[in-house]
Amino acid sequence: MQRLQSAVELEKLRGRILSQRKPEKPCISICGGTGCHAYGCEDIAKAFKNEIKRQGLSKQVELKVTGCHGFCERGPLIVVYPQKIFYQRVSPGDVSEIIAETIIKGNIIDRLLYVDPVSGEKAQFEKDVPFYKRQQRLVFGNNGLIDPTNIEDYLATGGYSALSRVLYNMQPEEVIEEIKKSDLRGRGGGGFPTGRKWESCRNAPSSDGIRYVICNADEGDPGAYMDRSLLEGNPHSVLEGMVIGAYAVGAHDGYVYVRLEYPLALKNLDIALGQAREYGFIGQNILGSGFDFNIKISRGGGAFICGESTALMASLEGRVGEPRPKHIHTALQGLYGKPTNLNNVETWANVPLIINRGADWYSQIGTDGSKGTKIFSLVGKINNTGLVEVPMGITLREIIYDIGGGIPHGKKFKAVQTGGPSGGCLPESLIDLPVDFDRLTRAGSIMGSGGMIIMDEGTCMVDIARYFVQFLTGESCGKCVPCREGLDRMLDILTDITEGKGKEEDIALLEELGDVIKEASLCALGSTAPNPVLSTIRYFRDEYEAHVIEKRCPAGVCKALITFTIDAEKCTGCGVCAKECPQGAISGEKKKPHIIDQEKCIKCGLCRDSCKFDAVIIL
Amino acid sequence: MVELTIDGIKTRVSEGTTVLEAASEMGITIPTLCYYPGLSCYGECRVCLVEVVKGDRSSLEASCTLPVEQGQVILTDSEKARKVRKVIVELLLASCPNSKTLQDMAANMGINKVRFKIKDRGCILCGRCVRYCKEQMKSGGIGFVGRGTSRRVATAFDVTPEECRNCGGCEWICPVNERACMAGNLIDGLCGGCQNLAPVETCPVCTGCSESVGPQGHRVYK
Repeated sequence: MQRLQSAVELEKLRGRILSQRKPEKPCISICGGTGCHAYGCEDIAKAFKNEIKRQGLSKQVELKVTGCHGFCERGPLIVVYPQKIFYQRVSPGDVSEIIAETIIKGNIIDRLLYVDPVSGEKAQFEKDVPFYKRQQRLVFGNNGLIDPTNIEDYLATGGYSALSRVLYNMQPEEVIEEIKKSDLRGRGGGGFPTGRKWESCRNAPSSDGIRYVICNADEGDPGAYMDRSLLEGNPHSVLEGMVIGAYAVGAHDGYVYVRLEYPLALKNLDIALGQAREYGFIGQNILGSGFDFNIKISRGGGAFICGESTALMASLEGRVGEPRPKHIHTALQGLYGKPTNLNNVETWANVPLIINRGADWYSQIGTDGSKGTKIFSLVGKINNTGLVEVPMGITLREIIYDIGGGIPHGKKFKAVQTGGPSGGCLPESLIDLPVDFDRLTRAGSIMGSGGMIIMDEGTCMVDIARYFVQFLTGESCGKCVPCREGLDRMLDILTDITEGKGKEEDIALLEELGDVIKEASLCALGSTAPNPVLSTIRYFRDEYEAHVIEKRCPAGVCKALITFTIDAEKCTGCGVCAKECPQGAISGEKKKPHIIDQEKCIKCGLCRDSCKFDAVIIL
Repeated sequence: MVELTIDGIKTRVSEGTTVLEAASEMGITIPTLCYYPGLSCYGECRVCLVEVVKGDRSSLEASCTLPVEQGQVILTDSEKARKVRKVIVELLLASCPNSKTLQDMAANMGINKVRFKIKDRGCILCGRCVRYCKEQMKSGGIGFVGRGTSRRVATAFDVTPEECRNCGGCEWICPVNERACMAGNLIDGLCGGCQNLAPVETCPVCTGCSESVGPQGHRVYK
């Protein structure tokens, strides 16, 4: 392939690609995201390939393994184009039937359709599935149409048109103005206005004119995987955003910092980068415009802290990944002391969208202070686990109930943690809170990178706070005292409380310590780390008090504070629990109420899980 | 030159100065641990936190790494700063109780109990030794190893490296090693030798002589 030399050549190529594609030609799009991979989508893709070959349909049917479609709960997912028939929980055994019935005869296979658990209705097409219906998939939507290893797929969806427009029709200042007008805010967690960051980077003095742009793909929050899915599924959108950003700030070198634990993202990004170079979207003289920009991929070594911008840059320079004070912003002095513009994966992917459709269109979506859409990873005690892209300002209730399908097993919703491990837990009273940067901050949480962990009534809030503090204690770089020693002591106190050794003054001490860590820490890891503790004390103080004063765990989670007993009225004496008990702690005559020997009981909960009569209760 | 206000007093200092240096030039003492003149600023201990007032909002920043800015308003001894510093020294004492420097600092701040679990690590990881070795001795024989609570100062692979010239500088510059607390039994994390002392006397004009505050207090120059 010859490098494209002008915008006209790009449009010619796009025309040629589109003319070769027949929209009416059936196409099977298999979700190849991380979730579906775990479900075995590779076997399904192989089975389809073989079946298509066997039936001699290679010319009539197209097969595509794409990036993540989002609805991970129901994977492996398949969408059959052009009708967009949506099949879920597909197995290799279904393949020949899909080819025979759906592709050849055009019939829909009933048993592979999604059934709405609430209404019992079956959804034939992707757009009818409630999970997708309420979403606004601007950044994420093309994932299902694109084979990430084929640049032509991206070009067919209009890819790199924003870049050619920027290079040929816009001055760098105009690009910055457009991004500023769109009010795009950083999607990595900080929520800093992107346009302003670009502007200060462009205007920052640099003795030799060197500037850098960086894509932060060191996503490390437990349960969050939107950046991963974007890089895996639509890497060119991120690269295009970066080239536009580089042109705007005047950079000629860029880095993508990806964590090593994302092998598929690394692979797809590497392929995409190679193809973009080949076509002339990256490298010398991009699209014949005279603008040069190169991107290097850097692999993170597995430290959570390297998602922090200054630690990331230290790591890129080959030093230990530790943050430095940010009195001088990285936009002024960043990588190798040069002005550096760092944005998150999702932020970069928003850029081509804004250029293509205009800042005015973009700023119509969302709330006053937060524009556009945001991808959340909806995980935890929720029916529809997956990635959802919603407009800013949508309420938590809509995300959890309308899109997420509510809480499994008819349990009650208790809290939602937004923003990853250092986010706060919001209670049911705030479920109608519109989700945007400022409102979440005011409620004691953060937008973070977009993790959303749902908890049901069986979750102990003290235990959950302890869990997150434990995670952060382990991930603290240990440079500054409040984060290193403060979090460690916070973990001690929380562990004591969950073990029934809590003292009454501990709650006040946790609050005081939390405030100090927040105020005094060097970087954002420390200054947000107390959020899970402070927010749970704020909204679930009664639960802390129950642990400390009454030595009781209301949710029945903290082992030191609970005892398993058998309700004699409900127990039928079936003996199942006694068989399950690994300690032999349960005894009793057949058909008569059984008893648990508390001396032997290790509180594993197997008896409770195995009892069909709900006779095992936690006190 | 940059004009800023520290504790209500206007001052002019040259650009690139830190708030800590500016305050010290004015005779205002801000407690420090990881800071050492002649070494690069590190911002680890957070004991030198000062309140930076911006309109009706304020934040705490480590004065050793905070560059002066035109129109900056700094409070070095505000209630907010003192409160946070106190907890930080308490945390430091909990991780390094046998340091007289820390015990003195605690006494000076009115700390009468360490409420956190004592885990004697024998080091506050201020990194003075690491920076001294690298910056002054141009050696780099020691560095930080590990992260979080398992972070420690060590030589590579715990073997004395060729770079080490046995200069003893690391030992000499250590704020913990410098004066070990000899009190022996600690009560509530404090040695008890200093905690019941009356507030120490200070000179009418403090010149920042770095005279330590101990059980005997400052020597007061009149």
